[in-house]
This record gives sequence, C-alpha cells and structure tokens, in this order.
Amino acid sequence: MRPPTGDYPLRLEDEHIPMVRFQNVTKRYGDLVVLDSLDLDVEEGEMVTIIGPSGSGKTTVLRMLMALEMIDDGVIYLEGEPMTHMVKNGTLIRADKKYLRRQRLNIGMCFQHFNLFPHMTALENCIEAPIQVLGLSKTEAVERARDLLDMVGLLEKSDEHPSRLSGGQKQRVAIARSLAMRPKVMLFDEVTSALDPEVIGEVTQVIRKLVDKHNLTMLMVTHQMGFAREISDRVCFFYDGKIEEQGAPEQLFENPERERTQQFLSAVLEAT
Amino acid sequence: MTFIEFLKTYGPQLANGSVTTVMQTLLAAGLAILIALIAGLMRLSHSRLIYGAATVYIEVFRGTSLLVQLYWIFFVLPLFGLSLEKFTAGFIAVGMNLGAYGAELVRGGILSVPKGQWEAATALSMSPAKMMRRIIFPQAFLNMLPPWGNLLIELLKGTALVALISVADLMFVARKINGVTYLSAQAFGTALIIYYLMSRGLITPFMRWLEGVMTRKLGKA
Repeated sequence: MRPPTGDYPLRLEDEHIPMVRFQNVTKRYGDLVVLDSLDLDVEEGEMVTIIGPSGSGKTTVLRMLMALEMIDDGVIYLEGEPMTHMVKNGTLIRADKKYLRRQRLNIGMCFQHFNLFPHMTALENCIEAPIQVLGLSKTEAVERARDLLDMVGLLEKSDEHPSRLSGGQKQRVAIARSLAMRPKVMLFDEVTSALDPEVIGEVTQVIRKLVDKHNLTMLMVTHQMGFAREISDRVCFFYDGKIEEQGAPEQLFENPERERTQQFLSAVLEAT
Repeated sequence: MTFIEFLKTYGPQLANGSVTTVMQTLLAAGLAILIALIAGLMRLSHSRLIYGAATVYIEVFRGTSLLVQLYWIFFVLPLFGLSLEKFTAGFIAVGMNLGAYGAELVRGGILSVPKGQWEAATALSMSPAKMMRRIIFPQAFLNMLPPWGNLLIELLKGTALVALISVADLMFVARKINGVTYLSAQAFGTALIIYYLMSRGLITPFMRWLEGVMTRKLGKA
C-alpha cells in the first residue's frame, strides 16, 4: 500500500471540480511506459474523444479510470474524490477492492468486443447488475431495462441470447446494460472497431442520442475520425503515452499544430 | 453350465454387487465434485497459503496410487484413531483421488472463460462471489462437462478397487464366484459387460444430455 509519490490533495476542493481528473498518472508494463505522467480533466457533461496510433495508450486511459488495472503513479479523481486511492489516517493509500467497487458504480464501460454475458438474454444482461449490485427489485429492474432496450431500438430482441444478435445489436445491448446502472460517466472503448461497416451507424446513432439528450460525461476511444469530429466537445490526440495535442474538433482536425498530429491525421485520411 | 444357467444362478448376486458399485460411484462422484470445486477454487486464490494447501492435496492424490490411498484410509488411519467402515472408506478414497483430478478441470474451466467476461462483471461492480456464481461459473461449467464425462468413467472403473478391502461391489462378487466355481470367463466376462454398460449406457448418455441442457441454457444452440 504505497502512497503516490508527490503531493496530491485528499480530495479536490477548488471552486470548480471536474467530473474526472487524471493527475500525473503513469502506467507501465515492465519497462514499457504506456501512460506517462498524464494530466487530463473531463468536465461534467463533456464528450471527450481520444484518438491516436495503436500503442499510444488510448485504451489504457479508459481501463485505468475503470480501475480494471492499477496505475503505477499519480491519482485519478472522480467528482473530486480519489478513485484509485482512498483516504486513511489523513493520507492517500491504494484503494481496496470494496472502495473500488463503490467508485466503479459511477462509471459505465462498453468494450470493443461487447462482453455480453452469453448465458443470459438481452434483458437478463441488463437487469443482472441492477438487481445483484444495486439491489433493485426485479420489477423495477425490468422496467428500467425495457426502457433502455427501447431507447437503443432493441425492445423486440429482449428475450434473445447474444448469440442470436448481430454485432451492432450486441453493442447496443451492451450500452443499455451499462446505462442500466445509471452511471455518471460512460466509457466507450473502440465500440465500433469490431463491427461490420454497415452496422456501425446503428451504434453511433445511439451514442449520438446520448450526447443530445443526456448530460452524461463521456470518454470515447475511436478510430472513426468523422464521428469523433462531429460528436466531441474536445478531441485528445495521444502519442507515446502522452497527450500530444488537444482541442475542439474543428481546430484539431483542420488546423493541427503538432507535426505528429498532422502525420497521423493525413495517414488516417489516406486510409479512408 | 451354459451362460444362461450361469446368469440364472449368479445373476442375483451380480445384481447386488452392481447396486453396490452404483452406490459407490454416486457417493464417490458427489465427494469428488465437492472436493474438485473447493480445491479448484483454492488453486485460483491469490493467497499463497490457500493455493499451497490445494496444490499439496492435488499433488499427493494425483501422484500416488489409488490402491495405496485406499489401503491407507482403511488400514492405516485406524492406527491414528480414525476407523472407517469399509463401505465408507471405499467411496472416500475414490472420491478424494478423483477429486484431485477434478480440481484441475474446475480450475481450467474457470480460466477458460474469456477475460472480457471478468472485466464486464467488474465494470458492473459485481462482488467476486457474485461474479463467480452468476457470470463465470455457469460458463465454466459448460466448458468443463466433456472432461468431467471422462473423469466420471474413470471414477466408476476406479471403484472396482474397493473389492480389495472387501466391499461387496460388482468386482468383489465376480471374484467370489470365480473362487468358488472357477468359471472365470463367465464371472469376469459378465462383470466386464456390466461395467461397460454402466459407463457407456448410463454415464455417457447422461453427460451428453446434461451438455445439451446447459448448451441450450447458455443460448448457444
């Protein structure tokens, strides 16, 4: 239980508190530094998209925030409270499992490969955690799940198992499953990368709907530049475990300042 | 003596022995499954002590002969003040032995569940116990079924050893008939056929059926 090196507040007490703050976050796999002293704030209701070449640490950002893996240095704050750490005897110590479970309740995550539970129907996938974790009654959970499945356009598929759904449908169920926990922050980890081109639209449409109608804070890693540009409040270009450049989508896509950003964007545009 | 006459004369005894063999198999299987679950989960523990205890158990019971273990439990444990009836000693020895093999099947089955399933359940804040019970184990169970079918057949055949501590199972009866009549081919031939029918006629179809049920339950069919 080693405290983070350096000075970190026990909780953020500024007048303005970001929904998510990465402060000096470092993640290594052996000698490989995947995130290098990352500082990043995400405001409430903001949609931040992370782009960059593979191996640049994009996905790691989301995995660290969900605490699927532990960071090596720094602190992540959620609504001003430490996420990766907890306060004990006036200092920050590594969060224990119970604390992490409580903090994770605020965050929902959708994965590239959906990770739906194959032994449950679409509806069962969506009511499982609300009942088992939040303690909702079955009636409440089903009502909530049906609303969400309706929202993603899959109410009629409620009783199908994931094996009977297309990739796009699976991802939409996965989004509904995450939303059923009523998270404050949603993470989308390359949610369209494993999809056939013709079904990508049905997933992006759902995300667009979330952006338009809900005040969710969202972090999205994607390779779809067009979608990122259209939907984001801010785009971060990652390179080598760091934010090489960030800004409003128009600015970053049209007038990138850094050479690496320009190279990346022209290479990506070449491919599409 | 024709084979028909042989069956008329010794059929009832062989039937009694078969019932004992079935009982031994069922009890040993129950014990083996229980031990396999516990030891298999212990082998996944991060605690060195828990992991180590299960590893020692599995090593000892897989690394030594079932017959020696049976003799230990029946003949040696009484020297330490623990006397078991021969019937009990029989299925406990077989169950503990096959449970050690089963533990590795449980562990392997659980590890075969894709990492994404654990991550999805973690992201939904599920507790480790609920994650295991509701998400991981049901999927692991299906993966485990085919090797468990093999193991249960091994277990059935393993129960033949309990005849050596005088449990009156099928093998014991066959040996007795042989000793009295010298009709070796008939006695052991019949035992052979009965063992074969039990494994191929009962265990295999049962496991197939269970696999079918679980596959449908998991929505894969």
